[in-house]
Amino acid sequence: MSQTQMQTTSMAATAAAPTLEVRDLQTHFFTRAGVVKAVDGVSFTVGRGKVLGLVGESGSGKTVTGFSILGLVDAPGRIVGGDILFHGQNLAKLKEEEMRQLRGNRIAMIFQDPMMTLNPVLRVDTQMIETVLAHTKVSKEEARQRARDTLGMVGIPSPDERLKSYPHQFSGGMRQRVAIAIALLHRPELIVADEPTTALDVTIQAQILAEVQKLCAETGTAMIWITHDLSVVAGLADDIAVMYAGRVVERGAVSEVLDQPLHPYTHGLIGSVPSRNKRGEKLRQIPGMTPSLLSLPPGCAFRTRCPRAQEDCARDPALSELMPGRLARCFHPHLAAQGSAVRGAAAEGNPA
Amino acid sequence: MAVYLLRRLLQSALVMLAMSVIVFIGVYAIGDPVEILISPDADQMERERAIKALGLDLPLWMQYLSFLGNALRGDLGRSFVFNEPALQLILQRMPATLELAFGAMFIALLIGLPLGLYAGLKPNSTGSKLVMAGSILGFSLPTFWVGLMLIMVFAVQLGWLPSTGRGPTVEVLGLRWSFLTWDGLRHLAMPALNLALFKISLVIRLTRAGVRETMLMDYVKFARAKGLSPARVTYVHVFKNILIPVVTVVGLELGSTIAFSVVTESVFAWPGMGKLIIDSINVLDRPVIVAYLMIIVLMFITINLLVDLAYSALDPRVRLENK
Repeated sequence: MSQTQMQTTSMAATAAAPTLEVRDLQTHFFTRAGVVKAVDGVSFTVGRGKVLGLVGESGSGKTVTGFSILGLVDAPGRIVGGDILFHGQNLAKLKEEEMRQLRGNRIAMIFQDPMMTLNPVLRVDTQMIETVLAHTKVSKEEARQRARDTLGMVGIPSPDERLKSYPHQFSGGMRQRVAIAIALLHRPELIVADEPTTALDVTIQAQILAEVQKLCAETGTAMIWITHDLSVVAGLADDIAVMYAGRVVERGAVSEVLDQPLHPYTHGLIGSVPSRNKRGEKLRQIPGMTPSLLSLPPGCAFRTRCPRAQEDCARDPALSELMPGRLARCFHPHLAAQGSAVRGAAAEGNPA
Repeated sequence: MAVYLLRRLLQSALVMLAMSVIVFIGVYAIGDPVEILISPDADQMERERAIKALGLDLPLWMQYLSFLGNALRGDLGRSFVFNEPALQLILQRMPATLELAFGAMFIALLIGLPLGLYAGLKPNSTGSKLVMAGSILGFSLPTFWVGLMLIMVFAVQLGWLPSTGRGPTVEVLGLRWSFLTWDGLRHLAMPALNLALFKISLVIRLTRAGVRETMLMDYVKFARAKGLSPARVTYVHVFKNILIPVVTVVGLELGSTIAFSVVTESVFAWPGMGKLIIDSINVLDRPVIVAYLMIIVLMFITINLLVDLAYSALDPRVRLENK
């Protein structure tokens, strides 16, 4: 009881400040072939109880951004610039031991492939109890109790028996629930979820999405949902940040960005998603391929594939507020689509 | 589990039977022991009497059947040379070889696991490069030469350890063991280390490869994302996974160490089974050779079974049940 009270008071104090603010994050990998700027200027904020959808193609730096927040970037990579402010505390400057105390405790992460995230030779109870004991001084019995309750919370039937099982005795969806339960053990203030439903089938995906949304709303946990699936983001997230070649190219409220994308890349992404309203039409695709991070063109990284690119795109566009609450990194955004008639068309799912 | 064990035992019996045929025919094919055993100036009568006494006048299949019949009663024949039951002869020497082999395995794990772990966790450090280079030496230096060098340095030059023999023994469970006395341990140290050298290298390389592979797995990163201490990640999450291949290989190596410690036993004059079998082959003491090979086959079968059981204990995905 007293713990909940403490939580409410501390949260009231920080209600105005965002849970996480990432400012111009740069994570580079120093390989033999050269410096790979996997994340090169990423900024966003996530508020309490909010879900941020971090969207982009494979290799756009979404996952590395997630690992950077948790301080899990391995050599040859390291954070070379920017701030990761978690309740005002800069995680990028934290010592490893201080970071360890935050990980799994106040900041948790859920991974993509549930078949790979649980250690195959350790029982589920071992893997859950060790997480409890890593951050709180309780008896093993209390830790087990907590593990059992959390398993029940994420919808695993007969958690007492399931605790004694090994990961291979669970299905993929169940394993992801266990991973989510592990992430929730300490009621974290921030969860980084790296494509947690990509490896699951659609029904399980829907169930897990609904539950995660409910949990976030109930506990006030902020969430970064990394995905390449725009339909998941549309249903789940409050805000969206679109990444391309290690940078955020567009940011804003999810409904506005999806209705009326400003950046040509976002535009292309939305155009390439099949939808009921576009039945029979040919899906538009973005020409070309994601450029190698080793040899990015100077200026806007998207200009080689961009239909609106002009000569000034050889300069670097900054992420700037083009409309109230809407940021994009582009010299030639789709601002023409501002007219009310076009807005109507966009609402019907035909943004053009 | 019971069904599994029963099936394994049945399989083992078949393997033993097949091996007994191969061994018996194989040994029969090499030379005539009579030429070696009977003095050259014995006359025809004596020769024939000896041949009859040894049962060598019967056709091969009859010799085999009588061997098989006796073997089932626990009698693997009498040594031509020592005129003692072959089985008893071998079992007398067995403790010496066993303690040598287990000593070697113990040293191999004691040195190999930590070094392999270190080399796997810090693959680019100078220390781990030295360890890997050293392991190449362990693989490639011939055992007999290293044995002689050990004797030169530690027994002759420094005088720290005795050069040969087994030292005093203590009788436990009716068998004579030397590792229970201090002097016995001193005698055991050098031959065990010599025999362990190859296995240390093997364990180092296995462990290092396992660590490097496991460190890249998602579950290790997830374990770190849970906020576990680096020690817990290494010694629980990584270590338990790399033990699986190490146990398998070390188990099988144990069999070959016991069976083929011949060179080390010869260099250090260690009175074990290896020395016995070499002597027996030299004088074509058939019953001893056959009995020795049969015991080795039995031992390999047993070790394989134990390795499988250990494997299933370590890896929950492998369960020895027949559904």
